[in-house]
Amino acid sequence: METRATRIGLSAWTVLVVLFLWLPLILIAIYAFNESNIQSWPIPGWTTHWFSVAWNDPDVRSSFWLSIKVGLIATGIALLFGSMAAFAIHRFRFFGRESVSFLLLLPIALPGIITGMALNSFYVFAGISFSIWTIVIGHATFCVVVVYNNVLARLRRTSTSLLEASMDLGADGWQTFRFVVWPVLSTALVAGGLLAFALSFDEVIVTTFTAGAQTTLPIFILDNLRQGQQFPIINVIAFTVILLTIIPVTVAQRLTRDTGVLRRGTAAGAAAQSGEITTV
Amino acid sequence: MATQALPETLAHVPEGAADTPDIRLVELRKSYGDVVAVDGVDLEIAPGEFFTLLGPSGSGKTTTLRLIAGFERPDSGRVELHGRDVTRVAPYERDVNTVFQDYALFPHMTVGENVGYGLRVKGVPRRERRGRVDEVLRIVRLPGYADRKPVQLSGGQRQRVALARALVNSPRVLLLDEPLGALDLKLRQEMQVELKRIQREVSDIGITFVYVTHDQEEALTMSDRLAVFNAGRIEQIGAPEEVYERPATEFVAGFIGVSNVIERDGRRFTVRPEKINILDAGDDATTGDTVETGRVRNVVYVGMFTRYTVELDTGGELTVVKQNLESSPRDTLEATGKRVRLEWRPEHTYAIDPGGRA
Repeated sequence: METRATRIGLSAWTVLVVLFLWLPLILIAIYAFNESNIQSWPIPGWTTHWFSVAWNDPDVRSSFWLSIKVGLIATGIALLFGSMAAFAIHRFRFFGRESVSFLLLLPIALPGIITGMALNSFYVFAGISFSIWTIVIGHATFCVVVVYNNVLARLRRTSTSLLEASMDLGADGWQTFRFVVWPVLSTALVAGGLLAFALSFDEVIVTTFTAGAQTTLPIFILDNLRQGQQFPIINVIAFTVILLTIIPVTVAQRLTRDTGVLRRGTAAGAAAQSGEITTV
Repeated sequence: MATQALPETLAHVPEGAADTPDIRLVELRKSYGDVVAVDGVDLEIAPGEFFTLLGPSGSGKTTTLRLIAGFERPDSGRVELHGRDVTRVAPYERDVNTVFQDYALFPHMTVGENVGYGLRVKGVPRRERRGRVDEVLRIVRLPGYADRKPVQLSGGQRQRVALARALVNSPRVLLLDEPLGALDLKLRQEMQVELKRIQREVSDIGITFVYVTHDQEEALTMSDRLAVFNAGRIEQIGAPEEVYERPATEFVAGFIGVSNVIERDGRRFTVRPEKINILDAGDDATTGDTVETGRVRNVVYVGMFTRYTVELDTGGELTVVKQNLESSPRDTLEATGKRVRLEWRPEHTYAIDPGGRA
């Protein structure tokens, strides 16, 4: 039995940990509305002025769009190759299967700086000039793993007899894919894709080596922070990114919480069930 | 103590009674790498039969079922359904449905959607589907469950949904792969009765049940006929009482019931434990009966009956089962080590195939 003292102690500790995690974020959020362009406490007044400044800044815009584009393309590649690899590893026993699995997992364990250096040397060696695609390739190395892991885990939890049952009941390959495989896998793909995008969107280290003169949003923030300029704009960007990140991470968490089974009432669950299959 | 002439009882394997058997397997073979799962199986199952494939795990019974369903292709041999060769036909083009051991209910669909799946992929209109799903759910005694999800059901209920999902398509053959394996004893016994009732209830459309199990009691209670599998081959085919009373091989004798095999004059034969009588000290044996003497090696009190293991003087061991009509548990347990005379009627002994087929 926990005593009253330990209970209070534990609660206090929990509050401290949560504050430790959130206070800096809250501070950024407050600074985003800071009237002054100097970060000092307490802030002299509130304004939304910096939001319009940030919105109209061409550098902010271009780096933001570059990050979005890289994130989307890398996620797309990750979804394609990650799920294909997961299918192959799950379905077939072939020579080098373990090695393939290991090589897929390696990039996420490898320090980003090594991946970045290696890619940089390779691009220079092969005479490939830096472009959005060099960044995308860099990001794809670790985004593929995320999707691969999610899909593989889902496949392993899904009994192959589901597919046999579908075929047994008269469904051909396409119907089986549409009514059974896709609904069962879709949430894993969505969750994996969201995570992949989130990873790509805030990546700095690999990007530094593969971007050349291009600026993604995290690199823009880093540069400006280092030069000590435009604090208000950075705060606004940071605040916006925090908001934009919370949404997909929450969705991804909800989707993967259950063991391979769609939750009743989640948005994606409802979507997967929509269509004629809902009513018998 | 003389061994009397043993009646030569040959294993009688009835050929498919009807003109066209519902299922016909010809010289079926299937191996996985070096492992031969099914090693030359020939089988005919008549329309409307409750036919059981019985055997220990790894004996090839499930692979045989999967070959009938079409999930596996045989290395050689033929699968015929209603006279049509379907060896190379895909599962979704065969008029059979399967109840899976793990039920394989689609987790993202409701019970109604699961049951209606077969009709849906065949393009049956929604309204008609609804009606038939409700009807089948009534047959398996789950009316009003259509809107639940599989995760909300108990094991027994999922089992019924799996059954309903197969039955709704009115298949001519229903394949059941250890369908009751995951249920506890009481539920299993209930479902055994249920399955027989369901087969009768839907028998106007003439469904043949092919049932896979490793549980000999289940096989004996439920089947019209059964095939005993061992190491990829069929050891014996016959009605339950036939297979039980007159096991054709040593394997069958041992797998169904207790292996009571002894050798006399170079011939091996079996006698079922409940056919053997333990004579009381002063009793005379019935004229014509075989009598042997021995020593009780072991006694197990099982409540309804007691099981004695008797070491015979002329070699070999026999298990004897005696109902506890009058004897008290103490009397029976004190029997260990005592000398007894055993008696049985010669017509209850059956010669068995010496080597078996394994």
